[in-house]
Amino acid sequence: MLGVRLYMLQRLTALIMAPLVMGHIAVMIYAVQGGLSASEILGRTQGSLLWAVFYGTFAVAVALHAAIGLRTIIHETMGLGRSSLAVLTSALFVVLAGMGLYAVYAVTA
Amino acid sequence: MTDLPPDTAPLRVSVWRGAKAGAFETFDVPMQESQTVLDLVAWIQQNADPTLAYRYACRVGMCGSCAMMVNGVPRWTCRTHVSKVMRGGTVQVAPLRNLPVIKDLAVDMDPFFDKWTEAGGAFFPTKSRADAVEPILPETPARQEADAAIECINCAVCYAACDVVSANPDYLGPAALNRAWSLVNDVKDGALDARLTAVSGAGGCHNCHSQQGCVAHCPNELNPTASIAGLKRATVRAALRGKS
Ligand code: SF4
Ligand code: SF4
Ligand code: FES
Repeated sequence: MLGVRLYMLQRLTALIMAPLVMGHIAVMIYAVQGGLSASEILGRTQGSLLWAVFYGTFAVAVALHAAIGLRTIIHETMGLGRSSLAVLTSALFVVLAGMGLYAVYAVTA
Repeated sequence: MTDLPPDTAPLRVSVWRGAKAGAFETFDVPMQESQTVLDLVAWIQQNADPTLAYRYACRVGMCGSCAMMVNGVPRWTCRTHVSKVMRGGTVQVAPLRNLPVIKDLAVDMDPFFDKWTEAGGAFFPTKSRADAVEPILPETPARQEADAAIECINCAVCYAACDVVSANPDYLGPAALNRAWSLVNDVKDGALDARLTAVSGAGGCHNCHSQQGCVAHCPNELNPTASIAGLKRATVRAALRGKS
């Protein structure tokens, strides 16, 4: 139940995520090695447009990528029809993107 | 084939009987040298139970009509030696997976061939008999892709091996998509855009998980997964040009 558009969107989000994952891992290693405290981290992220864009893009890309992947799994294991799948895929995207962006807002606003 | 020494134990062959509902029935079949799985089935039908239904034609791996599940694995039975597949003196033969069973070992191939049509498997000529014959250069990359895909014998072994076919009844399957790819690379064909649209729908090439069950089992050693990957690239390029 994957047409060319969703297929392309899933590949595109994978392309976007690849460098962001590397960046995220590098930041985590830096924060842990340097022994940054939570308040020191927040001190750097709060009010930073750069981190808001970095993690905001990440959260949206993850939500799109995961919703499309889950759509395939749900279709193949539960045999849901086209319209229920469309509703479920959109709902998954909204929930995942909402949770991700809320977290980004919490540390960068 | 020659008979083995008379004291050789017969083979225990369990064969599916019935349609969707049914059961395995076991027959003792004398072992012979160089015996194929199709030989076992034919022996049963000719000597033990004439009502056993099964399908074959060429017996030499050309026609693609004899595929069955042998010990749970899809195989062309006319080219499968018993000695290679028997387990402790037994062999199990069942109808091909992923297709409706008509009776015993014969499945209904209609869904398989309907999907060839759906995937744009028909050739669309661009010339009439009045035109000169188009020279086809074997060394061009497109022709080499087409040649690699063209040796399919329509046996549906790959279709039976594909888990996406089992999970998604709309999925066109490896053979039909492989056929579409051979035509995408045929310079004589005139239906490229229509074919790329045909393989981009809800059951199209993008549903393939690339796990290569089809490649592992294709008796002609074709690579439908590579063909499908080619279709994925071609459809993405077409979509970027606004063609699908
Ligand atoms: S590679 Fe694709 S077509 Fe081949 S068996 Fe796997 S899902 Fe099916
Ligand atoms: S691709 Fe191979 S396994 Fe599939 S139908 Fe053709 S010959 Fe048979
Ligand atoms: S009988 Fe023709 S391929 Fe086996």
